[in-house]
Amino acid sequence: MITLQNFSASLGGRVVLHDISLAVGPGEFVALCGPNGAGKTTLLRAMAGLLPGGTPQPRTHAFVEQGARCAWGMSIGQVVALGRIPHGDRNEAAVEKALADTGLTGLRHRRIDQVSGGQARRAMLARALATSPQCLLLDEPVADLDPAAAHRIMALLARFAAAGGSVVAVLHALDLCTRYATRMVVLDDGHILADTTPHEAMPHAARAFGLDVGIDTMPRLLPPAHTG
Amino acid sequence: MARFSGGLKPTLRLLVCALVVLGLLSLLTGAAGFGVPDPFILWQIRVPRTALALLVGAGLGLSGAVLQGALRNPLADPGLLGVSGCAAVGAVGAYYWGYAALFAPALPLGGLAGAALGCGALLGFAGRAPSGPSLILAGVALSAFAASMLALALTLAPNPFALAEITFWLMGGLEDRTLMHLWLAAPPIALGCALLLRLGRRLDALALGEATAASLGVPVGATLRIAAAGVALAVGAGAAVAGGIGFVGLVVPHLLRPHVGERPGALLLPAMLAGAALLTAADLLARLGPLALGMGQEPRLGVLTALLGAPFLVVIARRVAP
Repeated sequence: MITLQNFSASLGGRVVLHDISLAVGPGEFVALCGPNGAGKTTLLRAMAGLLPGGTPQPRTHAFVEQGARCAWGMSIGQVVALGRIPHGDRNEAAVEKALADTGLTGLRHRRIDQVSGGQARRAMLARALATSPQCLLLDEPVADLDPAAAHRIMALLARFAAAGGSVVAVLHALDLCTRYATRMVVLDDGHILADTTPHEAMPHAARAFGLDVGIDTMPRLLPPAHTG
Repeated sequence: MARFSGGLKPTLRLLVCALVVLGLLSLLTGAAGFGVPDPFILWQIRVPRTALALLVGAGLGLSGAVLQGALRNPLADPGLLGVSGCAAVGAVGAYYWGYAALFAPALPLGGLAGAALGCGALLGFAGRAPSGPSLILAGVALSAFAASMLALALTLAPNPFALAEITFWLMGGLEDRTLMHLWLAAPPIALGCALLLRLGRRLDALALGEATAASLGVPVGATLRIAAAGVALAVGAGAAVAGGIGFVGLVVPHLLRPHVGERPGALLLPAMLAGAALLTAADLLARLGPLALGMGQEPRLGVLTALLGAPFLVVIARRVAP
């Protein structure tokens, strides 16, 4: 459960979030959308307790920052095992499950600086999953991934939510939001424009981006059959 | 290079063996030649010198590994934080004003005082919630200040002999050190190492960045402050008794990464042992060189560590480069 009540935040004297109230419960997959500079990352950091005055909740809230990377050429297995730091143990089963869920079991001995960008991104997600968290807070988890890899990660997040977890993810790919998320929060200039199902939120998202909503008959890429 | 070679335990075993061999060789080697010395020389000259080489080297190696891990920067070196520079200013000050001539422990005590002041200034500059960049900037400012004070002491040196003496001391060395030096330097170095050795898991988390480490429950600001204080104790006390010895802290973690992997926490113990081994080996070479080549003067230890370390670093850099 994540709750923000009448929350405001400023960065360098500029108010970035105005009086935000938001609650995310178990089973919800919330897509956080909005133009660049809308305050999405700040809102996500606030939920993770990472803003000044906040308190991180390392055992229950796992956070993956935008463009997360590892400074050293550690093995993928070592990076994923860092997820156990909040519990102070080396729970092999949790690490194995996180590796298996992200399809990385066979790559555990590879150096994280010598695998593809998609594999490294999955390793960062596996690191968060290894904590066995209740909430996943992810900043652009599918940015710079190829379409199939993006679908695989989104399906994984949807399964995590369906199993009773909470997911809040900053996302720019609106078609992925409508397919996988259960709820969409549209943020513009520090205000919540819409907080509803992805379908109903779409016109608000379009307005925030300055785009139109319409029927598009162009051929589209569909997700791999097994990710459903 | 997809899989790791070596491993932590074999590397640690090798390092312990190397330390025992190098330590014994160091005890058996002196200006008079190679052999078992009489007990007086052993206890008054060889033991302090060997123990100081081990201790100072251990502090430098461990500090280098901790700083590179905490700052996520493979170029970080204990000298970067400016604390060894401050120790040098303190020691040179004690010499300059003549206290060292009146009272033998004044030189290392001055160095310790300089290191302590430098450490306090560093933590003060970096603020209540330091981040990696703020710590580096504070260290660079402190280094620049220490370097200018040293240059001032050199330009104002009362006579050419004092100038030569100060320059010599700044190049680092362990000759003619006594048990007094050992008793002065050992407690702060041991305390600093004890502080630093406990940071392993936090440094692992910091590999993912400061925000992610905080989300994993790691107190980032406190960790950086402990790292800075531990490095200041270990390196500052070392510089107070041994002068400026560069490069060990920078090169040791790079020497070890191919063998124990790049996880910062796994590097700490090996880096401590390898730093001790490297400095003992360099100090041994400093004594053996003149014996073998018939030189009158020992090469300075700080000169030797850089001479030995630089080629290693070039080889590693060539291997790492894509």
